Amino acid sequence: MAHEVEQEQHFHDPSNVTNPEHASHHIVSPAQYALVFAALLTGTALTVVAANIDLGVLNPIIALGIACTKAIIVILFFMHVKYQSHLIKTTVAAGFFMFLVLITMTLSDYISRAWGLW
Amino acid sequence: MDSAIANPQADHDAAEHEHEHVFVPQHRHHFATEEQQREAGSFGMWLFLLTEIMFFGGLFFAYLLYRNWYYDAFVAASNQLSIPLGASNTAILITSGFFMALAVWAAEVRKKALLVVFLIFTTLFGLAFLGIKYVEYHEKWEKHHIPGASFDASEFINPSAYGLKENPLPPDVAQKTQMFFFLYFAMTGMHALHMIIGIGLLVWLLARAQRGDFTQGYVAPIENFGLYWHFVDIVWLYLFPLLYLINRHPLAH
Amino acid sequence: MSAPSPTILKLPDQSSATMPKRNFINAEHGLLSWLLTGDHKRIAILYLISITVFFFIGGAFAGLIRLELLTPQGDLVSSDTYNKLFTMHGIIMVFLFLVPSVPATIGNFLIPMMIGARDLAFPKINLLSWYLYIAAGTIMIASMALGGVDTGWTFTTPLSTHYLNTHVVTTAVAVFIAGFSSIFTGLNFIVTIHRMRCPGMTWFRMPLFVWAHYAASILMVLGTPVLAITLVLVGLERIFGIGVFDPTKGGDPLLFQHLFWFYSHPAVYIMILPGMAVISEVVSTFARKRVFGYTAVAFSSVAIALFGFFVWEHHMFIMGVSNYSALVFSLLTMLVAVPSAIKIFNWCFTLQQGSITFETPMLYAFGFMGLFTIGGLTGVFLGSLGMDIQLTETYFIVAHFHFVMVGGMLMAFLAGVHFWWPKMTGRMYPESLSKLAAVVTFIGFNLTFMPQFILGYLGMPRRYHAYPPEFQVLNVLSTAGATVLGVGYLLPVLYLAWSLKYGAIAGDNPWQATGLEWQTQSPPLTENFPEIPIMDHEAYDYEWLEHKTQHEVTHVG
Repeated sequence: MAHEVEQEQHFHDPSNVTNPEHASHHIVSPAQYALVFAALLTGTALTVVAANIDLGVLNPIIALGIACTKAIIVILFFMHVKYQSHLIKTTVAAGFFMFLVLITMTLSDYISRAWGLW
Repeated sequence: MDSAIANPQADHDAAEHEHEHVFVPQHRHHFATEEQQREAGSFGMWLFLLTEIMFFGGLFFAYLLYRNWYYDAFVAASNQLSIPLGASNTAILITSGFFMALAVWAAEVRKKALLVVFLIFTTLFGLAFLGIKYVEYHEKWEKHHIPGASFDASEFINPSAYGLKENPLPPDVAQKTQMFFFLYFAMTGMHALHMIIGIGLLVWLLARAQRGDFTQGYVAPIENFGLYWHFVDIVWLYLFPLLYLINRHPLAH
Repeated sequence: MSAPSPTILKLPDQSSATMPKRNFINAEHGLLSWLLTGDHKRIAILYLISITVFFFIGGAFAGLIRLELLTPQGDLVSSDTYNKLFTMHGIIMVFLFLVPSVPATIGNFLIPMMIGARDLAFPKINLLSWYLYIAAGTIMIASMALGGVDTGWTFTTPLSTHYLNTHVVTTAVAVFIAGFSSIFTGLNFIVTIHRMRCPGMTWFRMPLFVWAHYAASILMVLGTPVLAITLVLVGLERIFGIGVFDPTKGGDPLLFQHLFWFYSHPAVYIMILPGMAVISEVVSTFARKRVFGYTAVAFSSVAIALFGFFVWEHHMFIMGVSNYSALVFSLLTMLVAVPSAIKIFNWCFTLQQGSITFETPMLYAFGFMGLFTIGGLTGVFLGSLGMDIQLTETYFIVAHFHFVMVGGMLMAFLAGVHFWWPKMTGRMYPESLSKLAAVVTFIGFNLTFMPQFILGYLGMPRRYHAYPPEFQVLNVLSTAGATVLGVGYLLPVLYLAWSLKYGAIAGDNPWQATGLEWQTQSPPLTENFPEIPIMDHEAYDYEWLEHKTQHEVTHVG
């Protein structure tokens, strides 16, 4: 079986269907990881400090904003998405889009209820 | 469309330097190239993570709804969570993730000893996280804050009797703290379950890494497990502010 | 050009034809070689057998329901038992039959072949998917044996969390596991379709079957986890009494419904899209014409998947949702009908000026097109707020979803099984008997479910085992139809089993269809193709096929 497989993939596939973007095999360095690590710890500290200051409606916004930033750098660097194919990037985006659809569309009911506790 | 075999040599050379047609022992025969197998594996793991996003999504919505309906109760209940423990746990989990990322790097540059060390640290920090979680859960058990038949909201009705600097809540509002604790246990519990599964997988990966399985060019399991571990980390990055830091300055109003 | 023959069936000369010496069925022997296989084709066969078993269990429940409804009084079973009957019927039919039916059997078998791959991306996960299905089915049977569950397949709270003492948690566990079976199938398909197409197989050269399965797979992967978490919450509420759906503790029962229907509406598209996939292939083959508007049909599959996520609240119009959100969701529901209609139009235009023949798969396809259209249109009636308030929770809804699911999806499944039976087994089924079964099914179906539209319109509520006497005539008609329908479904099991030993040898391409799966032996090799094919023509290219068959030597066996 093995020799059959090797024979096949000697003809190359010009329209490159199997790997359209030849996703480059970038290796993220430990130094980059360390920077991200530092940023994450800083973000955590910031979140705790900000929580103790009364900023009214901005509190949850800042907290979520910092959390989103942390998530983004984990995704881009720890999870290598910055260096991956368009397919992977689109997939990640699709996941978060779907999550947002769940939240917002369900919210559309609760926000507009006349009898609700909102 | 033109014949697919028109000019194989030129295309082949162009791509040759990018993926050597080297087959690692773990190559599966239904894949044409190593690159294809690796890409497919990564893509598959991301799709699985998408299912996890949607899985946790339901809990996040329930949280959003009830936090808005019962804000005062949620604030009071949230203030009973320990920030030092929560923040430390966040730092510990971030560190665990850092070591996992380093482990992936070690596998890619084929440094077996470093890979094993980094995996061990990932596991240790993961275990530390779970240890602190146990401490927190135990405290809730002692204070009768676990939702269900034995839930006791008296600490929220009469905080000064318990030596707490909080506003007292009317009894019916205080009962809603049970909803907060339910979400707390459901969300952190589900998260902890994913961590336990992850640690189980880490032990297995450690054994194989020690054997040298991942430092000969086949890094997919380490890479894909890394994706899973980072995802679990990201969930916690949201849980921490949402559960622990709702409103840490109630008396300022 | 010669006069069109009444059939396109082209079998090899039976006196000298033999089955291929080496194929996926005889490649390995022994039970373990099947139970531990990674071959997508073997897994598809395993699924086919299991799904058929569960179909008949679900069908038995349906028979009991119809038997009870022969008379206006609740005299066959008690009301609690009746509730269990329709609940188990619904759960088994939805989760153990309809959701996996085409994807896990025909999809599993054919998708790699249609795109020129040797297997799906993750064969072990494919096998795991089947084992999860079996586990789910076993737990479901256990739950039934222990006394069953009577919440309705929709597990509505607070009935399911507070007021019932039946095996809700056991059933929820079974459905949870079945959900993961579905997720892994979908995940496998998505990766395979993106990353394992053979050289030359661009997205727009793939059969439309693959497009529709791709769309359904996206729904499986993104929608099913929400069902999973919902079931977990129901379980936690039942076991620990936490109050997330309990109004007395501050919870909202409607939250359950939002989360449940967020999956369960896309679920209906998970169920129907693979059926539409089959119809595209069958209509093209038996009209000898490429599918009209390939791009429109391909994109309509994706559009159905996308819009399908935005309409779930139409299951909750009378449950206490806000008027404003109900308006929004009603509007979106109207929109979701459009891509489905586009498909029907395109199939009709495919038929126009085609050379149509009426083999069994085509009969089922015609049945689908008519019945699905009726079912789909009644869905539009139900999407309209004012009508829904009148018709919801009546037999109109029951008729609507049976038209789309049974008249639509089940007919498409049968079309697909018959169409690809020669490919999967190397044998032809007996054509006249199968045509009879198709006609019997069609007649039985209409007799069963058309009266139910009228019943619902007249106000008979669903899920009731007793009803006012004035509804009896229509109910008797419906039960009579159900009996005929049962015969219609039993026949294929019998003659298809018969054909395994005594059917005519099919050869590579009895239907003279385009598509890579038809260019290789029947049954296929374990590795699907001796060499990876190169796709150098468009999909549904009958001229290419004509050219190829003129120049090839027919080989036998």
